[in-house]
Amino acid sequence: MVVSVSEMMDDAPEVSVSGFNLSVSSIKVTEAIKKENSLVFVVGAQEFPSKKQHFVDRKFEDFEWLQQCLLMPDGIPGLQGIIFPPLPAKPCAFQSNTQEKMIKQLGLLGLDDDWKTYCMALEMYLQLVVSHTTLGKNQVLRSFFTQTQGPGGQAGRKGILNRLSQALEEIKKENHQDVDEFFRNERASNSSLVRLTKATTERLIAVVRTQQNIALACGHFSTTLHLGVGPDEDPAAKTFSKLSLKLSEIIIIVKKNFECVAENNLNILGLGLDLVSRYEESEKEMLFRRTCKLVELEQNSKNLEKAKPAKKANMEEIKKASEKEFRHISDIARLEIQKLHRVRVEVFQQCLTSWCEKQLHAARETSSILSQHLRAFKQLDSTE
Amino acid sequence: MSPRQPIPFKMYLFCPPSPVKFYDAAAAACSRSLKMATSSERSPPPFPESEDQEPDPDPADGDSDEGEDIFTGNSKPAEIKAERHQPPVDVTAKLQRDIPSSDPLGDLDGSGANKKPARDGRQADLFTEPRSDIFSEEAAARPARPGPASGSNANSSSKSNGIHSDEEQDIFAEATVELSLDSPHSERKETPKPVTSTESSVAVQPSAPKTALKTMAELEEEESEDKFELNISITNPEKVGDGMNAYMAYQVSTQTSLPMFRSKSFTVKRRFSDFLGLYEKLSEKHAQNGYIVPPPPEKSILGMTKVKVGKEDPSSAEFVERRRAALERYLQRVVAHPSLLQDPDVREFLERDELPRAVNTQALSGAGFLKMINRATDAVSKMTIKMNESDIWFEEKLQEVESEDQQLRKLHGVVESLVNHRKDLSINTAVFAKSVAMLGSSEDNTALSRALSQLAEVEDRMEQLHQEQASSDFFVFAELLADYIRLLGGVRGCFDQRMKTWQRWQDAQVTLQKKRENEARLLWANKPDKLQQAKEEIAEWENKVTQYEADFERISTTVRKEVLRFEKEKARDFKNQIMKYLESLLHSQQQLIKYWEAFLPEAKAIA
Repeated sequence: MVVSVSEMMDDAPEVSVSGFNLSVSSIKVTEAIKKENSLVFVVGAQEFPSKKQHFVDRKFEDFEWLQQCLLMPDGIPGLQGIIFPPLPAKPCAFQSNTQEKMIKQLGLLGLDDDWKTYCMALEMYLQLVVSHTTLGKNQVLRSFFTQTQGPGGQAGRKGILNRLSQALEEIKKENHQDVDEFFRNERASNSSLVRLTKATTERLIAVVRTQQNIALACGHFSTTLHLGVGPDEDPAAKTFSKLSLKLSEIIIIVKKNFECVAENNLNILGLGLDLVSRYEESEKEMLFRRTCKLVELEQNSKNLEKAKPAKKANMEEIKKASEKEFRHISDIARLEIQKLHRVRVEVFQQCLTSWCEKQLHAARETSSILSQHLRAFKQLDSTE
Repeated sequence: MSPRQPIPFKMYLFCPPSPVKFYDAAAAACSRSLKMATSSERSPPPFPESEDQEPDPDPADGDSDEGEDIFTGNSKPAEIKAERHQPPVDVTAKLQRDIPSSDPLGDLDGSGANKKPARDGRQADLFTEPRSDIFSEEAAARPARPGPASGSNANSSSKSNGIHSDEEQDIFAEATVELSLDSPHSERKETPKPVTSTESSVAVQPSAPKTALKTMAELEEEESEDKFELNISITNPEKVGDGMNAYMAYQVSTQTSLPMFRSKSFTVKRRFSDFLGLYEKLSEKHAQNGYIVPPPPEKSILGMTKVKVGKEDPSSAEFVERRRAALERYLQRVVAHPSLLQDPDVREFLERDELPRAVNTQALSGAGFLKMINRATDAVSKMTIKMNESDIWFEEKLQEVESEDQQLRKLHGVVESLVNHRKDLSINTAVFAKSVAMLGSSEDNTALSRALSQLAEVEDRMEQLHQEQASSDFFVFAELLADYIRLLGGVRGCFDQRMKTWQRWQDAQVTLQKKRENEARLLWANKPDKLQQAKEEIAEWENKVTQYEADFERISTTVRKEVLRFEKEKARDFKNQIMKYLESLLHSQQQLIKYWEAFLPEAKAIA
């Protein structure tokens, strides 16, 4: 795992959920199996300290269910202030899977035909959830990780996060002026970051696709060279055939290099950028929730003022409640935002470093192979 | 550098067309003794068969240099002597190979003459009368002697030198320089040969059939030892004029040590139609003899129109650069061909300041249409000629050429797609870099912000690298493949010429047969007056048949040689290009390593 979640989070790597502790670093989504019409992910986790291993098959619907469950509990004050770890988009139906469609649906995660990148994203999601101070305590995690039967199928329940509920009013509320300067600034910067990070991710997608295309073209080049080599008798033609084969080898090296570079781009830098991008969107949603609450509060205040004496006490109650809620949310939000800033920087640091190291390694390897070939070729040249 | 053949070179003062491969010719001449030195084995063709014997034109480095030296130093025998002590190795080697007894100079003093075959006998003559052909032979021989013997045989050297200087002075006195030119230059054909007609004494040249076959192996060895001393570069494309009458003028710079040129380095301005005109001229003269005349780059009306209209965009700059490189390669191929290099048109192209405008190369001209029609009729007649191939080699080769053409076209398509993808990558990387830069500037955290800006810079540099690699792919491979696809057309052309020659021979045979039948008929009909005429005609056609048959043999040999040479060149070309490509790939990777190494600390420093 390139981005080490457990290092990022200040929280203890093991989370106590009334006896059910999971070792964050042990959480893995190892593979995606295509069963019938959908993808099944193999989710593994290890309990702490018992070291008991759990392996379950989960579909995407199960993950969705998990996400919604996390938002449900009413008992936790300020739950809405939490920036929820972002879940990747739903993978599309199989039959009509072209790379274009996959990218449209999944963004960067759709670039990998093997779903490796997608699995890594799911893995990160789970790790982030489990290691979250508040979310990690949720009971549903237990059933998610241990129950053989997937809990999914209950996706009908609408959670707060349900994007389908976004309506025109949200756009109005989005631009509602904030009372707090901290939040005002944060909302502004968040909105620009969301935009920029998304754009950067898209551009990276274009780069990776082109690199994949180049690898393919190199493959064609090499194959064509091979096909042109036949049994030759006369010396000049033989020389030419030898040259063709040599060139073919070199092109294969170029191809492998590009495949490696593209993979690094995708699985390290891309994954990191994608996570940051989705996290920022999650933050945006959180801020929106808070803004909604603010609107509600202000509405309640107005109502209170306008209220007739009979209802005044009631209104007062309502207003006080919403004020309290709002305060809770804002407090939590403040903490979460600061955490997110930190997380962002760390994610970037980790993934940029790791990415650079991998690319450097790839370049060094390719360079040494190429110089070997060049030396051999020069020797060939001098002997002929 | 010492001149090997001071005397003959002096002649260059008088007669510009100088034999390129003088030394090789001389060496070969020595081996062939009396048979050599026939410029007129076949009179009219500018490049007589004898030339075929030495396809490689590479003049030894020493040649031209020595020629130059001779010019400056030949007034002093002593100097000459000194100079002579360094004959080019290959000639020495060859001569020593050819000459059974590699005696030191001492032999030259007449006494040695006995040891040598016919040449020596002639040498005796030489000493008495400066017969230029023998002269050249001897001259060729002499450098060999002085070479090995220089150290030990100062005496004999001086002697021979003395002789040489005598000869030189004699030669100088004589205006009949061509004589010596002829003898050693049986391989080299210059059109000014007609001047040599004055040398009746040159009749020593036996019009023997080329001993090409005999010495072909030797020649090939010689060729591989020779180095090419002629560098051509095309630079500085400039737009001349305005609007639709504008054209690009390219500077053609030649650096050479070949004596046949007026100076060592010179530059002329040429335009694209000049190159096409050169091709037309060369093609007319040589294609019919079975030579593979390299075809020029293609016309591009669209490309040129953009340039003319004055669009200063990267695509028109790319077009000009592509054309410049293609023209350069074209000229380099032309001069790499031993026979073509001898053609005065080539020399004129390289040297002459102003060339008459080649108007019949315009795409939409009357001459252009005529050419199209000619080509069409050629194609039709080609289809109707069914040749009885007696030599399976030709049939196989032709098939090889066909399949190779297909393969090259496929490769070209694949390489072009690779080049396009690389260009795309370059563009995408640039766009990505910009995004990253913007992200970095909106980032609050300073270290992260700086790292992101650094990343943007790295990506920018990578874009540059990708661009370079794309252009390398293009120029190294795509253009090479395109060149060879065109060249294969030339190869096919020479096969066609051979077929035509065969056809002509067959037709002549048919006509002869008819004449004979006619004669028989006349005999039977007893018409003595017409009989005489018939007999004359028969004689005439018998000659023609013989000649055409000989032509066919000749062209077959030429084609064979040309194809072999072509294949060698092709292998060499591809090898060089692969090497270049490898080096550029390696360079790219090493650059990348540098960039990543520079970025890594920045990434780590994010806090």
